[in-house]
Amino acid sequence: MMEIRTPKTHKAKRVLEKRAPKLVENGKKTLILHGTKTSATVSSVLMELYRLKKGGAIKYSRRNENIRPFESGGETSLEFFSLKTDCSIFVYGSHSKKRPDNLVLGRMYDHHVYDLIEVGIENFKSLLSFSYDKKIAPHEGSKPFICFTGEGFETVQELKQLKEVLTDLFRGEVVENLNLTGLDRAYICTAVSPTKVFLTHCAIKLKKSGTIVPRIELVEVGPSMDLVIRRNRLPNEGLRKEAMKLSKDKPKKKVKNVDQDDVLGKLGRVYIPEQEVGKIPLPDKSKGVKRERREGKVKKNKEEGSASKKLKESE
Amino acid sequence: MDMETDQIYQIDVGNLLAFNPNHRFSSAPSSREELVKECVTEGTKLVQAIADTLFNLPSTETNDGPLVQLPPPTTKLPREKHLPRPKPPTKWEEFALKKGIQKRKKDKIVYDETTDKFKRRHGYDRVNDDNDIPIIEAKASDEPGEDPFAKRLDDKKKRVGKQEKNRLENLKTAAKAGALPSHVQLAVTGLPISGTKTQPKKIGKEALGDVAGLAATSTASGGKFDKKLPGEKPPKKQGKHHKYLPVVPRYGWVDEEKEQTNKVLGKLLSKHSHEILNVGKAINMYNDKKEKKKSGRSDKLKAKKDITKKKPYANKAN
Repeated sequence: MMEIRTPKTHKAKRVLEKRAPKLVENGKKTLILHGTKTSATVSSVLMELYRLKKGGAIKYSRRNENIRPFESGGETSLEFFSLKTDCSIFVYGSHSKKRPDNLVLGRMYDHHVYDLIEVGIENFKSLLSFSYDKKIAPHEGSKPFICFTGEGFETVQELKQLKEVLTDLFRGEVVENLNLTGLDRAYICTAVSPTKVFLTHCAIKLKKSGTIVPRIELVEVGPSMDLVIRRNRLPNEGLRKEAMKLSKDKPKKKVKNVDQDDVLGKLGRVYIPEQEVGKIPLPDKSKGVKRERREGKVKKNKEEGSASKKLKESE
Repeated sequence: MDMETDQIYQIDVGNLLAFNPNHRFSSAPSSREELVKECVTEGTKLVQAIADTLFNLPSTETNDGPLVQLPPPTTKLPREKHLPRPKPPTKWEEFALKKGIQKRKKDKIVYDETTDKFKRRHGYDRVNDDNDIPIIEAKASDEPGEDPFAKRLDDKKKRVGKQEKNRLENLKTAAKAGALPSHVQLAVTGLPISGTKTQPKKIGKEALGDVAGLAATSTASGGKFDKKLPGEKPPKKQGKHHKYLPVVPRYGWVDEEKEQTNKVLGKLLSKHSHEILNVGKAINMYNDKKEKKKSGRSDKLKAKKDITKKKPYANKAN
């Protein structure tokens, strides 16, 4: 016996449609969680990550003792939260003697764990310890520049994965139109060694240069930390192929106000604002504005101008 | 200072991403500040490279600033959800395809023959409304004694039920193919097959109310002065609970009703009966009752029945 359940309100319907699988997807949301035990560094890292990603992240404040991302049974809670909050990336922070200041970055495909990477945090410097001019502070939700430096990101398997995960994490929404005045932040990741990455967040200062392209200056504002690679789990080949599939058809774009008629061909609709006949400005018929007067004036100024130039040259 | 061999960076403008694969730390950086400084300078170079391409793109001026159209991102990242799967055709669609039936667009306003007016197809005051038919002509196939109006309503109910069943079947096939529409959910209700685990039954409203009532009576005042939550209904059975004995006694068991009456009689006819029964009180109660019956209820307070008003006919067919 099955029953059909449909949403009873329009709002609920819109929420369900937003969460449905689409051709062009929404930006990935991030879920930030605490583990059984967290140290001060881990909790501040999680808090600051949440602040950086405000608008596209959800932070849970309680401890989650039954989440163990790398164990086979410990992912069910994660998958449930991902389903409930519609988040495809998660950041799980914990602290133990064996793995101090631990951070697990993971991604989901269809609300099941796709891949995981575990990093340790060292030399963490919080947002609050940086002093800078408040005017250049980056705005919430602005699209960031992401920079990777170092050959390790190309050669080492784990660093390659970390590069992908960090791009996904910091990217935000994919936009078509970008406002150039709204560019104010950049994430810099440098591969210091095959197992260590230095990550920092900077604000952008645009300085005048001779050309259209301004000169860029970076000022460190945000948290900076060293990420030490610990464990990782790559996605299995079949799942990876499926997740990377691109669809050939383009999303349908509605063209409004255009009709096709068999007799007349292509028809368009034009909307004109209402003409308020009583309020149309009447022409200015004052004497000084008449054409002959204007032209006469222009001629006179020209003669005078050339005369003054001659005077100057002679000097 | 070690010069980089290849100055080309990998830039993805769509993602505002840049990668410099050729940087090597010339020597182990002496201190943390040195390291940080070097990283930031490298980063600046990369951001400058992206900005070069970005600011050279054709821009449109708006109130907020120059707007630039970004190219689509080049780095491949995994999707968040699967691609939307194509919906399997419904049973009607398959049939229509086979027979070559085309969809016809229906007009909202239709001409009504009976009233020579244009009426809407659905909604208030519609064409061919079931309630508006005054006469149904009898056909040769009709049985006498059958109500054609009720038959019409019945037929409609059956058609609606069949359509609902078909809709459910179509949704089930769509769910099997993984293409259920986003706003629909199929939920399992009803009894499971015997031998399988039954769903834990949820306690209903009535059961909860009974339990609350039981708990209330266990209080010293019998639950009379208990604070009631907003919306809580009063207890169902107040006062004494009577146990009615069976009329026909069970085989081999003592006749309980007989025992009960014998007990009462015995008490009344015994030597000490005057101690049990308060004769004065009994007489008073009896007299009071009699007086109440005689006086009757005041006629002024009782609503009189108006015999001039007629009841509306319930059945139109009559």
